[in-house]
Amino acid sequence: MTRPLHSEFDGIAALRQALAQRQVSARELAGSALDAIAGQAGLNAFLHVAPELTLAQADAADQALAGGQAGPLAGVPIGHKDVFVTTGWRTTAASRMLEHYVSPFDATVVERLRAAGAVSLGKLNCDEFAMGSSNENSAYGPTLNPWDPQAVAGGSSGGSAAAVAAGLVLASTGTDTGGSIRQPAALCGVSGIKPTYGTVSRYGMIAYGSSLDQAGPMARSAADLLEILDPMSGFDPRDSTCVESCHGQANQPGRIRAGFNALAETQPDSQPLAGLRIGVPGEFFGVGLAAEVRAALDAALLQFEQLGARRVEVSLPRTELSIPAYYVIATAEASSNLSRFDGVRYGHRAAEYTDIADMTARSRAEGFGAEVQRRILTGTYVLSHGYYDAYYLQAQRIRRLIAQDFQGVLGSQCDLIAGPVAPTVAWNLGEKSGDPVAMYLADIYTLAINLAGLPAMSVPCGFGQGQHARRPVGLQLIGNYFDEARLLHTGHVYQQATDWHLRRPEQH
Amino acid sequence: MNWEIVIGLEIHAQLSTASKIFSGSSTAFGSDPNTQASAIDMALPGTLPVLNRGAVERAIRFGLAVGATVAPVSVFARKNYFYPDLPKNYQISQFEIPVVQGGTLTFWMGETEKTINITRAHLEEDAGKSLHDDFTGPHGEPASGIDLNRTGTPLLEIVSEPEMRSAEEAVAYARAMHTLVTWLGICDGNMQEGSFRVDANVSVRPRGQAEFGTRTETKNVNSFRFLERAIQYEARRQIELLEDGGTVVQETRLYDPDRDETRSMRSKEDAHDYRYFPDPDLPPLVIDPSWIDVVRADMPELPRARGERFVADYGITDYDASQIIASRALADYFEDVARTLPAGQGKIAANWVMSEVSAALNRHEIDITACPVSAAALAKLLARIQDGTVSNKLARDVFAAMWAGEHGGDADAVIEAKGLKQISDSGAIGALIDDVMAAHAGIVAEYRAGKEKAFNSLVGQVMKAARGKANPQQVNELLRQKLQ
Repeated sequence: MTRPLHSEFDGIAALRQALAQRQVSARELAGSALDAIAGQAGLNAFLHVAPELTLAQADAADQALAGGQAGPLAGVPIGHKDVFVTTGWRTTAASRMLEHYVSPFDATVVERLRAAGAVSLGKLNCDEFAMGSSNENSAYGPTLNPWDPQAVAGGSSGGSAAAVAAGLVLASTGTDTGGSIRQPAALCGVSGIKPTYGTVSRYGMIAYGSSLDQAGPMARSAADLLEILDPMSGFDPRDSTCVESCHGQANQPGRIRAGFNALAETQPDSQPLAGLRIGVPGEFFGVGLAAEVRAALDAALLQFEQLGARRVEVSLPRTELSIPAYYVIATAEASSNLSRFDGVRYGHRAAEYTDIADMTARSRAEGFGAEVQRRILTGTYVLSHGYYDAYYLQAQRIRRLIAQDFQGVLGSQCDLIAGPVAPTVAWNLGEKSGDPVAMYLADIYTLAINLAGLPAMSVPCGFGQGQHARRPVGLQLIGNYFDEARLLHTGHVYQQATDWHLRRPEQH
Repeated sequence: MNWEIVIGLEIHAQLSTASKIFSGSSTAFGSDPNTQASAIDMALPGTLPVLNRGAVERAIRFGLAVGATVAPVSVFARKNYFYPDLPKNYQISQFEIPVVQGGTLTFWMGETEKTINITRAHLEEDAGKSLHDDFTGPHGEPASGIDLNRTGTPLLEIVSEPEMRSAEEAVAYARAMHTLVTWLGICDGNMQEGSFRVDANVSVRPRGQAEFGTRTETKNVNSFRFLERAIQYEARRQIELLEDGGTVVQETRLYDPDRDETRSMRSKEDAHDYRYFPDPDLPPLVIDPSWIDVVRADMPELPRARGERFVADYGITDYDASQIIASRALADYFEDVARTLPAGQGKIAANWVMSEVSAALNRHEIDITACPVSAAALAKLLARIQDGTVSNKLARDVFAAMWAGEHGGDADAVIEAKGLKQISDSGAIGALIDDVMAAHAGIVAEYRAGKEKAFNSLVGQVMKAARGKANPQQVNELLRQKLQ
C-alpha cells in the first residue's frame, strides 16, 4: 500500500513549511493522494473523485505559492463530506435521490477552504442525508473502518473520519447534528470538533436538523483541527443563524487561532493545564458504558490531572432525556427539510406515475433509503395535529432544560466537561443495522451537546481490549459557547503528552 | 326565515419590494418563466432564507396605519404541504406570533362610516404558478409547466374579524384596504396581476342567533365585482341549502366568474394538516422600537385624516371627501387644484375632479397619474369659470380640448382660439333678447298668460342665438326684466 506524500509530514504546519520552501509541490501531493485513494477504493471512503478538478486546484495552489500569494492552507489535501454542495464534484448526500446532482454553487465552507488554498480530493461517503451512526445508511455502501474492516466507521461522517484515519487526506470536513463528527472520529481514531452552533455557515450544507446541524473539521490532531476550523469559521450573511459576534468578538477567521495562541503563550511549562477545571459528569459513566472504553477514559482523565488540570465531579441530570428530545426535534426538522426532494425540479423522478401526487410519492419512495424514510415518518408524526404539543413542544422544553444543565455546570463548577463520545468501540458491520433504536441509544453522550448548541471535540485516547484491540476509543471534551480555542488547546496539550493520535492502522 | 350573512376577509397584498422576501431575485411581474428564480427560490439543496428587511418595514408601516400592535418579536413558521409550484414543499409564513396584531380599518360605505377590526397581518412568501393551459412539453406533447418567478414574492396576509354583514360591506372594506395599502406605497394594488387577492369566509345564521354558522372559504377572487358576486352567490347557496334542510360543509371553494358560481375545491376531510412549526432557519423577527420610530417618521397622512382635513380646509362634503381619498394620487390631484383656487372654492374643485376628470379617466381607462390635464391647468380653467370668462357648460368643451392637447392644453388659449369667451355685456345680451322676443311673440304671449315653462324655452332660444356663450345668469335677469 503506497502512503501518500503528505503523510510524511507531522501535520499541516509542517507541510505548509515544506510547501513554502518548495520542497514539495501541491501537484505532487495531490497526485500521490489521488493514487492512494484509488489504491484504497475498497475502503469506500470517497464517493466522487475527479482528478482533473483536484489537479487544477493543486496547480492553482502551486501558482499562488510561487507568487507569494498563498493562503494558509495552500496545497493541503482535504476532502469534503458529501453533504456540502460543490460545483464540479457531484453532491449526493449518499442518497439515490441525488445520484446525478451537481450544484451550481459551492457551500460557504467549501468556498472558504478553497480560498485558503486547500486542495479538495473529492467527496466523502456518509450516512444518507447524514442520518445514521455507522455509515451503513449510505446508498453507495458503507465506509469501512481503516483499523478493522469488520468494524463500522461510525457516522454519519464516516467517510470523513476513515479518509483521515487511512491517511488519504490530511483533514476533512464533516457535519455534526447529534454526534456525526465526534462519533466517527472516535471510532476511527482521529480528532474532530463540532464548533458552537452558529459559528460556521450552514449555507450549502444539505440540511438534516437545521437547529442542530453544524459543520466542523476532522484531522489527525487538535493542532490540525485548528488549522482547518479557523479559516472555515466566520459570519456568513447567507445563513441567518450564523452569528456576527461571539461574546463581543467578531465571528471571523483568526478568532479561534488568537484564542488558542493566547492560551498557549500563558501555559506554564511543567503543568500546562494548571488551573483548568475538568468536569466529569457521573451520568456519562453509568451502566451503559463499556468497561474497555471506561478504562481508556480513566487513563486519559488521569493524564489530564498530571498535566495540571483539576478533576471536578459534576452532574448533568437530563442526559438520558436528550435521546427522545433529539429524535423528536431532529426528525421533525428533517421531515420538512427533505420535502424539497420531490422529483419535480431536480433529483430522482420515478419512471412511471399516474399523477403529480403519485409522482412525488413514488420518487421519494424510490429515492430515499429506509432510515431516511423512517425519520421523515417519525418527524411527520410528531408535528401532526394533536401530537405537536406532546412531542415537539415537550422536546423543546427538554432542550431548554438540557441547555440549563450545562450552564449550571460550565463556568461555575468547571471550564470543560470530559467524558466518552460513544458507549462502546466500533461495532461490527451489520450488528445493529436491524435495530434502529439500539443505534439511537448509542448516541447518548453526543446528542445533548447539539441540543444545547455547545462546542465539543473528540480526541483519540486508547483502544479497546482483546478482540477490540484495533478499535479506537475517543475522549469527548465539551466547552462553553465559543470556547473552541480552549477545547483545541486542551486537546493539543494532551496530544503533546500522548501518542494515541499518532497511531496508524497499518503500523499498529 | 330571516338570515344574516357573516363575512370575514383574508387579503393577500404583495409587498412592493424590489427583491423577494427571502432571496435577492427580482419581483418584477411579467418576465419570461423562471428567469427570476434563484437557487434559493428553486429550493436547491443547501440554500437558506435571509429575510428582506424591506418587507418587514412595509409590514410595520401597515401596522402603524391601522393602529395595530407591531409585535416586538414575531416568529416565522413552516407551513408544510406538497405542491409542485411550492419548491420547498413548505411555505415560510407566520403562524402563532404574527408581526401585526389587532388594528382597525374605518371607511365610508355610502354615507355611513364603518369600522372593522383586523385580527392580524402576517408576512409570508408567495408560491409559484403552475401552467396547464397551452403548455407543451419539449416534444410538443401536452404537459404542465411551473413558473417560479413569483415564488418568494413577499405577501402581507391581512385577516379581518368576521364582522361584515353584506357583500356590499365586504366590498367597501376590501376597497378601503386596497386604498390604504396603495396609499402607503406598500403594494401596487394591481388585481389583474394578482398583487391584491381576496379570500372570503362566508357563513349565514338566522338573524338573532349568537353562534356563527359553518363557514366556507372562497379563494382568490381577483376583482371587487367578482368579490361581491361570489359572496352573494355563496350566501344564497348556503341559505337555500339550509332552507332545504341541508347542512353547510366547511370547505374551500373557488369562484368561477364565467358561470358566476362558487365550486368546491376541497373539503375539511381532505384538508391539509400543515404541521406548522417555527422555521429553524430564521431566528425570531425582532423589531426594535427605534425601527418603528423611523418608519413612523416617514408615514404619509392617512386617507381618513386627509379626508377630514379636506372637509375642514376646502369646505367639501364628507361624501366628496370619501370619494376623493379613493387613492392618494387622486387626493393629491384634488388638493393641488383646490389649493390654487381662492378660499371657499373647494366645492367646484371637488365637483370637477369627481365628474369631468373622473369620467374622462374612466372613458380612457387611465389612472389619475396619467391624466393629460394637470392639476395646475385644471385650476386655471376653474378660475376662468369663477371670474366669468367662460360658462360652466362651455368649460366642459374647453376641458375636452385641453385633454386632447389642443393649444398646448392651456385654458386661456383654448377659450381664445375657439371663441368660447362668455358674453357678459348686458347691452349685447339685451339685443339678443329683443331679437328672440320679436321672433317668438307666441311664446312670449304664453308666458305672459301665466305659463312659467315658456320662460325656459325663451332662455334656450337666447342661448342658442348666443351659441351658448351668453352668461346664463345675466340672460335670466334681463329676460325677466324685459318680460315684465
